[in-house]
Amino acid sequence: MNDWRLFPVMFLAFACSLTLGATSALMLPWSNGTAQASAPLALTAATPSATPVTEPQRKVPIGGPFKLLASGGRTVTDEDFRGRYMLVFFGFTFCPDICPTKLDEIARTLQALGEDAKQVAPLFISVDPERDTPETIGDYVASFDTRITGLTGTPDDIFNVAKAYKAYYQKVALDDQGTYTMDHSALTYLMGRDGTFRKLFRPDETPEQVAEIIRQVMAEDKGS
Amino acid sequence: MSWRIHAFGLPALVLAGAIAAGAHEYKLGAIEIDHPWTRPTATGQQVGAGFMTLKNTGTEADRLIGAESAASEKVELHEHIHEGDVVKMRPVEAIALAPQAAVKLEPGGYHLMLIGLKAPISEGAMIPVTLIFEKAGRVDVELMSQKQGEAHKPAEHMGH
Ligand SMILES: [Cu+2]
Repeated sequence: MNDWRLFPVMFLAFACSLTLGATSALMLPWSNGTAQASAPLALTAATPSATPVTEPQRKVPIGGPFKLLASGGRTVTDEDFRGRYMLVFFGFTFCPDICPTKLDEIARTLQALGEDAKQVAPLFISVDPERDTPETIGDYVASFDTRITGLTGTPDDIFNVAKAYKAYYQKVALDDQGTYTMDHSALTYLMGRDGTFRKLFRPDETPEQVAEIIRQVMAEDKGS
Repeated sequence: MSWRIHAFGLPALVLAGAIAAGAHEYKLGAIEIDHPWTRPTATGQQVGAGFMTLKNTGTEADRLIGAESAASEKVELHEHIHEGDVVKMRPVEAIALAPQAAVKLEPGGYHLMLIGLKAPISEGAMIPVTLIFEKAGRVDVELMSQKQGEAHKPAEHMGH
C-alpha cells in the first residue's frame, strides 16, 4: 500500500485574504476528507470597490519550503531559487491537453519576458509522483522550454508542497485496469525573490498578461 | 497593485485564421469531420489528445460513440470539467450530435484520448484514427499533428 493513498488527498479548509493593495480572497471550502469526494475550489476576486486594506504586504500564507527531485535525481529546494522569482505550477505528464497547454504558455511567457526571463525560474511540480520520475518529468518539460524545471518527489514531498501552495490534487481512476488521471488545480503562483507569495494567475490569463504582471512586480521590487 | 482576474478575450486566438498547413476534412453521410488534429508529444508523453469539429448536416441526431487507432493501445472519449480552478478529465460515453449542429472537440473541452501511444508523435505527422458513430457508422480520419497556436483555427474553419 502506498503511503500516499493513506493521506486524504484533499486539503484542509482555509480561507485567507490576499492583501496586495486591494482585497482579494482565496477561498477553499471545507472538504470532508473522503478520498473520492470532490473539493471544489473557488477563487474569487473582490470588486475594485472593496475596502482598502492597510495590512503590510506579502503576508499571504501560500508557498513554503520544499525539497524535491529534478532530472538526474538532483535534489532541489526552494532556497536554490532565492534571488530569482519562482513561477510555480502543478501538473503531470499523463495529461494530454491541459498540461501541454500550460507548458506552452509558460514557454511563451518566458519569450515575452525576453532578458527578464533570466530572473524567473518556472517550476512544474508533478502531482503524480507514482508515474512521474525525475527523468520523465525533466525530459517532458524540456520539450517545451529548457528553462523550465520539472520536479517530482516522494508522495509525501508532493503532498507537502501542494499543501503549502494550497493546490488541490486527486487521483481518479479512468477504468478498472489501473489507468488513472489526476484532478488538479490549474493556478500559477509567482513567488518573490525571497520566496514569498506575490501573485496568482488563473488559467485564462495569456502569456503576455502574465509577463506584464511579472514585469510590474520586478519594477516594484526595484523601487523598494 | 492588485491581483485581479483578467477577463479580456483572446483576440489573438480568434483571429488566427486559416493556416499554411492547410485544413482537411472528411464526410460520412450527414456527418462532417473538420480538421482533426493533435499535438506533437513531449518527450516521454504517453498520451495524446485528438481534436476536431463534428458537424451534423442531417435531420437526425447521431452520436460519436467511440474511436480506435493503431497508434495507441486505446482511444477513449473524454471531456474536461472545470470546477473553479480545478481541472478534471473524465471519460464520456458518447458525444451527442444534434441535427444541424456542430460540436467542437477542442483544448479544455472534449477530446479523443489516445492512451498508451506506441510511438512519439512528431510535428507534421498524420495519426490514423477510426471514428465510430452510432448511426453513420465508421470513418477513417487522420489527426494532423500541429502545435497548439496553429491549431486554434478549426473554430474559424466551420463557416464554409
Ligand atoms: Cu483525456
